[in-house]
Amino acid sequence: MEEIRNYTMNFGPQHPAAHGVLRLVLEMDGETIVRADPHVGLLHRGTEKLAESKPFNQSIGYMDRLDYVSMMCNEHAYVRAIENLMGIEAPIRAQYIRTMFDEITRILNHLMWIGSNALDLGAMAVFLYAFREREELMDVYEAVSGARMHATYYRPGGVYRDLPEQMSKYRESPWHKGGDLKRLNAWREGSMLDYLTEFTNDFPARVDEYEALLTNNRIWKQRTVGIGIVSPEQAQAWGMTGAMLRGSGIAWDLRKKQPYAAYADMDFDIPVGVNGDCYDRYLVRVEEMRQSNRIIQQCVAWLKANPGPVMLRNYKVAPPSREEMKNDMEALIHHFKLFTEGYGVPAGETYAAVEAPKGEFGCYLVSDGANKPFRVHLRAPGFAHLSSIDAIVKGHMLADVVAMIGTYDLVFGEVDR
Amino acid sequence: MSVINETSLVERLAARFGDMLSVKVQRNEVTAEVAPRDLIAVATALRDEAGFRFGTIIDVCGIDYLGYGKAEWDTDTAQGESFSRGVEGQAMGRFTWEERPRQVEQQRRFAAVIHLLSIELNQRIRLRVPCEDDAFPVVPSITPIWPGADWFEREAFDLFGIIFEGHPDLRRILTDYGFVGHPFRKDFPLIGNVEVRYDPEQKRVVYEPVSIEPRVLVPRTIRNDADLDQARAESADHWREN
Repeated sequence: MEEIRNYTMNFGPQHPAAHGVLRLVLEMDGETIVRADPHVGLLHRGTEKLAESKPFNQSIGYMDRLDYVSMMCNEHAYVRAIENLMGIEAPIRAQYIRTMFDEITRILNHLMWIGSNALDLGAMAVFLYAFREREELMDVYEAVSGARMHATYYRPGGVYRDLPEQMSKYRESPWHKGGDLKRLNAWREGSMLDYLTEFTNDFPARVDEYEALLTNNRIWKQRTVGIGIVSPEQAQAWGMTGAMLRGSGIAWDLRKKQPYAAYADMDFDIPVGVNGDCYDRYLVRVEEMRQSNRIIQQCVAWLKANPGPVMLRNYKVAPPSREEMKNDMEALIHHFKLFTEGYGVPAGETYAAVEAPKGEFGCYLVSDGANKPFRVHLRAPGFAHLSSIDAIVKGHMLADVVAMIGTYDLVFGEVDR
Repeated sequence: MSVINETSLVERLAARFGDMLSVKVQRNEVTAEVAPRDLIAVATALRDEAGFRFGTIIDVCGIDYLGYGKAEWDTDTAQGESFSRGVEGQAMGRFTWEERPRQVEQQRRFAAVIHLLSIELNQRIRLRVPCEDDAFPVVPSITPIWPGADWFEREAFDLFGIIFEGHPDLRRILTDYGFVGHPFRKDFPLIGNVEVRYDPEQKRVVYEPVSIEPRVLVPRTIRNDADLDQARAESADHWREN
């Protein structure tokens, strides 16, 4: 019989299941993976170096573009690093707003993940349903910052502005009119917080819908149960965090273990998996959506009851209001200095991490006292996760690689930075 | 990170490693500086021994200290004349690949910075490993201890040119195939060295020197006039309301 040799297959970068720009060189024995060598960096933009060339505040917008489906969580890590070094703390209302938007972001991210992972494994409908709710939450992003995705809303010392009194409404157009328009605007009569109350009351039923489509779906279970098993030891050694770690049964969540913002006051549970396979990680993430919904409800209730400042009244860090600038020379000078030169950050180094939807997103910031960071390093969870693909996927079939890429929840904006 | 008990970790580090580590605590974060020759022994102990149990590798990154503490805009010495215009200096946004500074002097220019996390004991530590030779920075690889360090070390090699001795597969990771230079070094221009475009005549993608001009919008300034102390004092006594 003729000898059969391994052959090499190129997967991506132009492949719908490559989640952007992953190039995966696979060494195959028949349909079994012998070695997987991911080639990343096709989306490398040098964010860290760019940040070193600009005043601190001008890089917040770059953070949105790292993991572009969990925008505000990235901002949160960067802003917290600056606040650490400066020794300032945002007002309590800003902390609650950040907590609320971190959780909105987590739901946005998990909806994107559940949709695209299901799409990769052959379930088209989930994607369409998930985008229905994403749309509603992106309207909240827009209401608060003016941008649907890249918000640049968190600032050192607080958040850019307070929550709007009036939620934006659909206007009559050839596409939205009559009863349709009424339905679209039904939640939007009151403030943004009223809108979120309606959303959070409705959302658990929506999660039930996704579960109805997937949890007991035979094909879904065949594609995920027992696939890509990560042992707890492996998960730690490979630097895994977030759902990848919790799926393997380790109850580790920075929101509980090293609380930041207002998480210490929140009541929520940490779901963990048992087997560490793709199906457990699916269940963990679905439950995280329900828990995020609970946190949003608690934040909404608190924010309705407690008005207050959302930004420090410290003009060396945060700009004065337009109104004050008209009457006060000092305020005008502060504003000018802040937007031309920025602010100096005391020399030192810090590492600030947040529990981003994908895992621990950290910002290592070194300052030498200048108005620009000396070194910014962004610790992206996806980078650590993807590096383990060779160890996890070895011996699996080619189709399981797609399931694995999906369960890693990869976004190349953060992997390549 | 108030839940972490730093003092006891520092004491345990001092008791176990003595002079091998120089430990510093800032803002509740523990930083330990370790020489490259001791790194493997220290890292292994930090992973395995009771009281440390740093089972999770969080991050490894390079850092280039060239130009640390240097400003482009002199704000201290102006007396009779005004301040400088803030256009001097050799910051990385101001030169092209051809004009890059070639003779740079900086003691202990490169370092690798390792962040570790102990899930069991809920504690973090930062290890800084300074490279002894600036022309050929070498640090032992910790990939045999934490496999997750693999890509982080490849990244630091790619971007800073730090060699991780003992790494199983030290290739470039983020930059292009065939890239020249280590882009995150401070003597590498911000605008880069090459750009690519599709050439319709040759019917392929061609590499050319970058065509954009280097420019800096905001000069780098270090103000020693205690800006922040002043800010803190101002916010403390609410002078605006009085």
